[in-house]
Amino acid sequence: MPRTSRREFLKAAGGVAASLGLAAVIKVEPARATPSEMQEAIRKTIGAGRVTPGKVKLELPPLIENGNAVPLTISVDSPMTEAQHVRAVHVFTEKNPQPYVVTFHLGPRAGRARVATRMRLADSQNVTAICELSDGSFWSDSVSIVVTLAACLEDGI
Amino acid sequence: MASALINVPARAKRGEIIEIKTLISHVMETGFRRTQVGAVIPRNIIRRFVCTYNGTEVFSADLHPAISANPFFVFSTVATESGTLAFTWTGDNGFSVTESATITVE
Repeated sequence: MPRTSRREFLKAAGGVAASLGLAAVIKVEPARATPSEMQEAIRKTIGAGRVTPGKVKLELPPLIENGNAVPLTISVDSPMTEAQHVRAVHVFTEKNPQPYVVTFHLGPRAGRARVATRMRLADSQNVTAICELSDGSFWSDSVSIVVTLAACLEDGI
Repeated sequence: MASALINVPARAKRGEIIEIKTLISHVMETGFRRTQVGAVIPRNIIRRFVCTYNGTEVFSADLHPAISANPFFVFSTVATESGTLAFTWTGDNGFSVTESATITVE
């Protein structure tokens, strides 16, 4: 019976260790939203409505250093009267852990359809704003933004 | 713990569109971050912000973890009558803060 040489033994042991090691690699980062998940989220939020590009303007800096606080301004071309106003504005992202960002509810009392806030971005990606008008139509705008320092996923504490 | 900053003009002409800025101190913990030992830091965010003008809702927002820490909002409303603007933030862990500002409309 041939004895196992030291070399063979180590090779076999190494192989076992490597496969165990691979199996032990667990997914640490949360799954990120993908463009298709964003489309799904949009469908879930606005229903079956048809979204047309235009009317709404999403202002984001083209390049941002810190993804933790990205200023965004959304303005909609609307007279904001009782008959014709913006009902809601939704913001979605492609590659954040979740596609949802914020929903603003406006009405004729807003006077002007212009809102601003600060958001987090986990990666360079497209951000989409969709507005819902009082006549039931949906309008959208997308902006591509480059992020140098990502938000959301860094270690805490 | 929480403190809010509100910027509302003290006086306005009737029918004028006034701009309102609000800022509240809050960590907006996303629930996606982990500590160095791998434990998930539980989510702690503000879920909703509402602004009412003499009791009528004029603006509201549904927030998600993608809103930055210390949520900041700029929006506008029409100065219809003298009165009070109330701002309410509600969120996880029973978070609820209400602030108000008075406005004189001439």
